[in-house]
This record gives sequence, structure tokens and C-alpha cells, in this order.
Amino acid sequence: MFLLIPGISISLSQCAMTSSRHTNSKRIEGLDKNVWVAFTSVAADPTIVNLGQGYPDIPPPAYVKEALANAAAVDKLNQYTRGFGHPSLVKALSQVYGKVYGHQIDPFKEILVTVGGYGSLFSTMQALVEVGDEVIIIEPFFDCYVPMVRMAGATPVLIPLRLRSNKETSSVSSADWVLDPEELASKFTSKTKAIIINTPNNPIGKIFTKSELQTISDLCIKHDTLCISDEVYEWLIYKGHQHIKIATLPGMWDRTITISSAGKTFSVTGWKLGWSIGPEHLIKHLQTVMQNTLYTCPTPLQEAVAQGLLRDYELMGRPECYFSSLAVELEGKRDRMAAILQDVGMSPIIPEGGYFMCVDVTPLSKIHFYENSYSKLGQANSKLGQANTKLGQANAKLDQATKQAWDDQKWRGPVSVLFNSR
Amino acid sequence: MARQLHARRIEGIDKNIWVDFTQLAADYKVVNLGQGFPDFSPPSYIQEALCKAVNGGCSMHQYTHAFGHPPLVSILAKFFGRVVGHEIDAFEDILVTVGAYQALFCTFQALVDEEDEVIIIEPFFDCYQPMVKMAGGKGVYVPLRPVSMEGGKALTSADWVLSSEELASKFNPRTKAIVINTPNNPLGKVYKREELQVIADLCIKHDVVCISDEVYEWLTYDGAKHVKIASLPGMWERTVTIGSGGKSFSATGWKVGWAIGAGPIVKHLKTVHQNSVYHCATAAQEAVAQGFQREYELFGTPESYFLQLPEMLNQKRKKLATCLESVGLQPILPEGGYFMISDISSFKVDLNDPSTQDEPYDYRFVKWLIKEKGLATIPVSAFYSPEHRKDFQNYIRFCFVKEDSTLNAAEDILRKWNQGKDVH
Repeated sequence: MFLLIPGISISLSQCAMTSSRHTNSKRIEGLDKNVWVAFTSVAADPTIVNLGQGYPDIPPPAYVKEALANAAAVDKLNQYTRGFGHPSLVKALSQVYGKVYGHQIDPFKEILVTVGGYGSLFSTMQALVEVGDEVIIIEPFFDCYVPMVRMAGATPVLIPLRLRSNKETSSVSSADWVLDPEELASKFTSKTKAIIINTPNNPIGKIFTKSELQTISDLCIKHDTLCISDEVYEWLIYKGHQHIKIATLPGMWDRTITISSAGKTFSVTGWKLGWSIGPEHLIKHLQTVMQNTLYTCPTPLQEAVAQGLLRDYELMGRPECYFSSLAVELEGKRDRMAAILQDVGMSPIIPEGGYFMCVDVTPLSKIHFYENSYSKLGQANSKLGQANTKLGQANAKLDQATKQAWDDQKWRGPVSVLFNSR
Repeated sequence: MARQLHARRIEGIDKNIWVDFTQLAADYKVVNLGQGFPDFSPPSYIQEALCKAVNGGCSMHQYTHAFGHPPLVSILAKFFGRVVGHEIDAFEDILVTVGAYQALFCTFQALVDEEDEVIIIEPFFDCYQPMVKMAGGKGVYVPLRPVSMEGGKALTSADWVLSSEELASKFNPRTKAIVINTPNNPLGKVYKREELQVIADLCIKHDVVCISDEVYEWLTYDGAKHVKIASLPGMWERTVTIGSGGKSFSATGWKVGWAIGAGPIVKHLKTVHQNSVYHCATAAQEAVAQGFQREYELFGTPESYFLQLPEMLNQKRKKLATCLESVGLQPILPEGGYFMISDISSFKVDLNDPSTQDEPYDYRFVKWLIKEKGLATIPVSAFYSPEHRKDFQNYIRFCFVKEDSTLNAAEDILRKWNQGKDVH
């Protein structure tokens, strides 16, 4: 069996035994395990069909690649640019998001360009969260939120989305997974510094409705908390749904950091560019973190993203705009994946948005092997299912709240499957 | 909002000379010898390598391995293994980062706790101090001091040395690490083996980690030899050596750097990395890997960029030094690196800019030089601790890694200025 149990590694270093004084700092204690590091090595086996990690194996749009090749040929664009974001990029972002938000966004004071959406999350956490703070995180969550909150010295406070009780399992959508407003309200305390929301959500694909966001924003305003809104999949909205920015709700602009990703917008996850947008009095603190962590992001990549944004800005609202056309393309794949999974006896939760589909594999008591082209898919999925269980066991040292989620029968079953593939 | 918004870890680190001075240089039309980046192109083979990566398969545009793109870590292990004379494990001993800057950040965050002391040798690349502060540590400073004045002849960076006793006195049970930078920014000092041995002996005696910032490792002049402190006995297991693709290939905007060290230490840097940025851009890593592959094969030969670049820069270094001497600015000739510092004490000017009244003299001088003369440099007191800044207000830093036309333009400005003023 090829599975690596996360967190167990064999060191081949031949150096002399190091003194105990060279151990890690307290801030990273217990944060060394990482699901991606573990599973990427598993998926590297060429016999595995990789529907695991969230990146496309379809090419990015040609104009985006061309923009990078063009940028690389300009001498100046191979040298340092402005630390908080390359001027042409922040101006392009200001244009695109000015239109989306419906108000002017200052490119130099209200935007920070970061190393991916990940880098924005980190900058936000380091800038605004510290020891003594609580941060509310909605489950299921993109895994880095908890370690980032802990690295900032704060306490994660978890609240799960739950399947509506009157729902049959045969045709479930991510919209059927909801928060209990009273339960949510009970999580806010005087220590709550922020709540993190992710819409569309990874892994479940939920798109929070306006009224759901209103419930959250009412609590943010009541308790004077910040909102960190991870919207990296903001353009991947499937038919019948609408992406709403919580920062556009009354009273929310001043307390929200909204995070986006060039990687997810243009199918170039390997470019690792993202941005945070918010009011100057918050962004300035993220900028302080930036200037003390990596100072600036790569120039040619930023120039290329700027060119891509300008091209699509002109096409916004039209079907040729990549922000819309990608969603249309992925919706077809989503539907195909759902059909494949249903065919083999699994129950997918149809996502309203994003890259992923969660699937309940508990109905499968044994692995069924088919002689057709779906057999490898079946194997990959069942192995992921077993891995899910082992992951739950191996993470016994996690916070009690998180452990509780793993212990919850619901989460042994579902497996997240990426459908953004050929 | 009623409560304090920002985390305490970022208090006191919001000022940044690069943010300030880059903006100023952009606002005024200047001849820019300030921030350290070339205004000439990277070598064509490295630009081609990036273009090739961009036009490579889909995988060039998607996530690669978190701790470093396999072709890059493999060639770095091979290349530097040969340099240090022992095997380096590509997947255990190396972390690729977003520039050397992020490698420094990961190192401090991984190893420095509240109350830990970190020895920093002055003058230092400015980010060490706020990074140590952000990690909750305490910077303990020890200055390089000039020891000989050769009448009429330019001082060199070799004349700036540490006092061994003074250095030894800075080590105590709370000392977690010492940061060295060789070749040094801003001074250009290239530490000799004996000097590194003194530091190494203290690291071993006090069981301290050595953070060795070697981004300018290829840029040594006049026969100065770059020595890696990690290659001294007893040092591999306690040293993190930091390098830069940007400085190695004159492509600072690519932001590809690395930390190399013993696996048990590097693994902690990886933990910080996976919880902060997680990956670095794939295509840029692929291109740097191609660059190192070529340099591995050409190492030590005249076609090696790592020999061609210092040769080219040596000429520029001498040109700038001559120009500065001729106008009465006293340069300290650097043995290595991108920069030259110059004593401005003999250049008295009437700095009547009220907006800079409360700033150190060199800051005021540099701003005046930008606004009145259109020449951008960097004040050297920025490279000193808050405690010692006031004692080092008479130097400014020039970057000579520029086209000859830029250096000529700087020369014109200085010459005209010298002809038109009184020198005390």
C-alpha cells in the first residue's frame, strides 16, 4: 500500500546530532503536519489519476501565457517593482474591482499584492490577529486557516455547516449545507477578533447567499469584529447562483479584508499571485507585514496578470470574458463528475461554485472494480476514502474542536474530489 | 473599530527605507544609484530560460513542490554540494523561497522566540532588525569599525573589522543566533577565513545558530575569496546559508531564493513556509534551475556568468570610486557585492528642507540630493540599529551595478556640483 501517513517522515540527513537549542520556535509548534505535503507525494505515483490537489491540468488561456513571455523580454520587468504591488497590476485590480464593488478602490492604499491567496491569508493573520484573540472558522475549511490562526497565537473557534435535516441524501447540493444562526451567534465573544468565510467554499462548494452573509455581517457589526473573506473562487459560479461580496454589505467595507487569487482566476496556480482588498486602515497593516516578510512579489508575473485583467475587464459581462467562460467550462465538468460518481454508487454534494465536489463514500462497503475507464477513478476515490480515515487517526493531537470534527461520523465519509481536469 | 486593530508583532516596524526611498526616486526624475538592482538586462540565456518555461507544458503554470521545484532543488544540491565539498540532500537540506528575503523571514520565524537574542553585525541589511523584532527576539549589535587610515588612499572594506573581544562579549545563554552577511551590504566586506573562524568558534562554544546571508557570493573583487562559514568544521549542522537567484542572475524581480542547511534545522523553516506562502512560482524556479545547470557545467571557465559578472562589475566599481574621489567624496572600496559607501563629512550643504528637519543627517542629505541634484542614493544610518544610528550619519550608499551610461550621468551630476560649491 502506497499511502504515506501524514507527519511521519524518514530523515536521511547524515549530520551530527543537533543540540536541543536548535529546535523550532514555539509559534510553529505542532504546525509541521500538512495534508498537501503528504498527499502530493502520494499523487506523484503516475498510476494514480490525480483528482486531489486543486490545480487544473488544462492549459491557462493563451493570452495570459503570452503576456508573461512578453514581460520576461523587457529588461526592467526582470527587476524589483513596488513592494505592495506592481503599479500596472494594482491599477488594473482597481479598475476590475471598482466595477465589481461599485465604488472606487485606491490602487496604492486599498490593495496589497501577495504570494497567492495563501500569502494574503498569512499577511492578514500576522497583521491583525494575535495572542488572546479568537477567530471563528466555518467547517469545512481550507486547511491552512487553523494553523495560520495558531501561528498568530490565537484560538480557532469552529462552527460546522450542517446538512439540512429534511434533506434526502440522493440529491444534495452545497446549498443544503447551512449554518445554524443561533449556534453562530453563540461563538462570538468579547475575544473574537475575526471570522473567516470562504465563498465559494473549499471543499464543499457552497456559495453563501445574501441573507446568510447578512446574518454573519450583523454579528460582525454587533461584536465589532473583522471579517476575512476568502473569495479565490469568486468567478467560478455555476448557473443559478450569484457570488456576493460581504464587503459590499452595509457597514462591512470598513471591517473586511477580501482575498482573491490570480492562480484561480486565470488557471495559473503556479504563478502564486493573489491580492487583498480592503480599507486603508486595515490594508496598511498587511503592507507592514509584507515589507517585513518577502518585500515584493515577482515582477514579470505581476505584469502579465495586469495584462490579463485589462483584457478581461473590457469583456466583463460578455460570454468571451474568461471570468465567465471558465465557469461555463467547469460546470460541464462538474456535471460529468457528478454523473460518474453517482454511477459508481456514491453520493456527490453538487457544488454551487469552486473547484471541488465532496462525495460521501460511506455507502461503499467494498471497492467495486469496473473494467471500463472509470476503474482508476474508483481506485483513486476509495484510496482517498481510506486516507481520510487514517488522517483522522493521525491527527489525534489537533485541537479538541478540530478532533471533534474528525470524530464526527459525517466527516469520515466525504472525500473532496477535484473536477477541474481534462 | 474601537479596539486596537493591528497585532503587536508589527509595532515599530512600519517604517521601511525601501518603501520611502523607492517612492521618492520615482517621484523625482533621478539618476538612480539607490536601490540594489541592475539597470542592465539579465544574461540572455536566463531570459530565454524563463521564456522556455513559460511556453513549456501545463505543469509550468501550476503548483510545483512546496519546498522547491524538483529540478531546482536537485541542481542546487549538486552545485552547492560541489562548492562546499560534501553531499547536500535536495529534499532535506534545501528550501526554496520567494527571494532571499523570505528565506531570512522563515529562518527568524522558525528559530527565534520571545526573549531570544540575535547578534547582528553593523552595518547590516536593514530587514534583519525588524524581522528579529517581529519574531519577538532582541537584536544585539556589534559594529565593524575602520582600523586603518591610509593617507590619500581609499579605505577598503577590508579595513572594517570586528573586535574579537567585543564580539565575544555579546554572546550569552540567551543568544539564539548570529547573522552574518558576506559579501556585506552596504559595506562590501568579504569576511576572511580567519574572521569567520572567530565567529565559528563562538557559535560552537555557545551552541548558537549562524544565519549566513550570502546573496552576493559570486561578487568578489581584487582577489578576495568568498568563504562559506558552513564549510568550516562544526558549522554545517548549525548554519543556515541563504542565497539569491535574483542576485546570481541579475534578475532581482524574479524573487527566487533559497536556504540551505542541515535537515533538522531546515525542516523548521519549511514549517513556516508551508504556513505562510506554501509555494513559490513554478516557471521562475524552472528558469533558475536551467541557469544553474548551465553554470554547473561552465563553473570556473570564462563563459561562467558567475565569473563574467564580477569582472564586469569590477570595472564599474573602479569607475565609480574614481569619480567619487575626484569630487571629494571618500569612498570605501568594497571587496565584494553591489555597493560602495562614501563618507560625506567633507560635503557641507545647506539642507534647508523643513520636511526633513528631524531626520538623521544622511537621510536629509540623500533626500536633498534626490530633490536638488536628481541623484538617488541610500543613507547608511538605515543599516544601523536604532541605538547606534546617530553615530553613523555621515555615509551614503551607492549601487554601482548599473549601465555605464547611468554611472556617467551620476559622474556628470557630481562633477557639476563639485565645480559649483565650497568644500570645507
